[in-house]
Amino acid sequence: MDFIFEPFAWFVGGPLIALSLVLYFYFGKNFGTSTDFETLCTLAGAGKFSDYFKKDWKERDFGLMFAIGLVIGGIIASNFLIPDQTVDLNPKTIQELTEIGFKNVANQYFPDEIFSNEAVFSLKGFLILVFSGLLIGFGTRYAGGCTSGHAITGLSSLQFPSLLAVIGFFIGGIIAAWFIIPTIF
Amino acid sequence: MKNIKFLLLGIFFAIVLSKSQAISWFRFYEMFRFQSFHMFGIIGGAVVISAIFMQLFKRGIIKDIHGNIITPKKKEKGVVRTLVGGTFFGIGWGISGACAGPIFVILGFKFLPALILLISALFGAFIYGLLSKKLPN
Repeated sequence: MDFIFEPFAWFVGGPLIALSLVLYFYFGKNFGTSTDFETLCTLAGAGKFSDYFKKDWKERDFGLMFAIGLVIGGIIASNFLIPDQTVDLNPKTIQELTEIGFKNVANQYFPDEIFSNEAVFSLKGFLILVFSGLLIGFGTRYAGGCTSGHAITGLSSLQFPSLLAVIGFFIGGIIAAWFIIPTIF
Repeated sequence: MKNIKFLLLGIFFAIVLSKSQAISWFRFYEMFRFQSFHMFGIIGGAVVISAIFMQLFKRGIIKDIHGNIITPKKKEKGVVRTLVGGTFFGIGWGISGACAGPIFVILGFKFLPALILLISALFGAFIYGLLSKKLPN
């Protein structure tokens, strides 16, 4: 039974993600998570400020249920299914992160430098999260999708806009990992 | 509760992402530094298998639960919106190690930082909504 506590290899995770997409479509809806951001905006009353959000959130309630499921799944996984969060990272990546001042690299899923309470309650740490969050929310709606909607659904259904969006994701990710992270840390 | 299946699917998807380490900041950093195959294998594998199913959907071999043909929504066209929007998203993803789905999952791991990410992302989506008619496609 120990295997349930082991991390999934890529060739297990990839197909199970595909299975999730297939079930989502089988249940009759279009797979993609970032649309739920808009639904949550509508729910929070954004329709008072812009017609863009004047939609009936009840037509997207399945997405909200999915999002609640994601949170519950995260709680279950973090408390019961991953006793050891060590990530088998490339030693080179560990070395590079250590050189720019990261501690305990890959001993857990999330670095203390961004996710610890100490970081969250510092001005720099708080701004890092707010800045990233704004870009994620704005960018995904402008691009029309995120990793699930564009990279997986869009690419697998051979849609050209999704290829452009994924190229954009990687341009942005490379800017972040090669220039921004080494500069701010 | 007709939506209970989406709740269960969300729980399943979150566990898959968590167990595959596809919510780990370190894994995404490593991916954007091109220092590991792991994340490329996961995303690439998911795309290839999904592509096979998309063909089965298209040919009507697999229909949805109501017996309808499954057709993924057409993504909006536009070079600027996909490239610029995508790059913004990628910068946020690269710094925080979180894309849209994982933000919800990370709430179960690191509640406070994930909550700040989520609220900021909602503000980001809100700002997009306000500007949507003025932005180039």
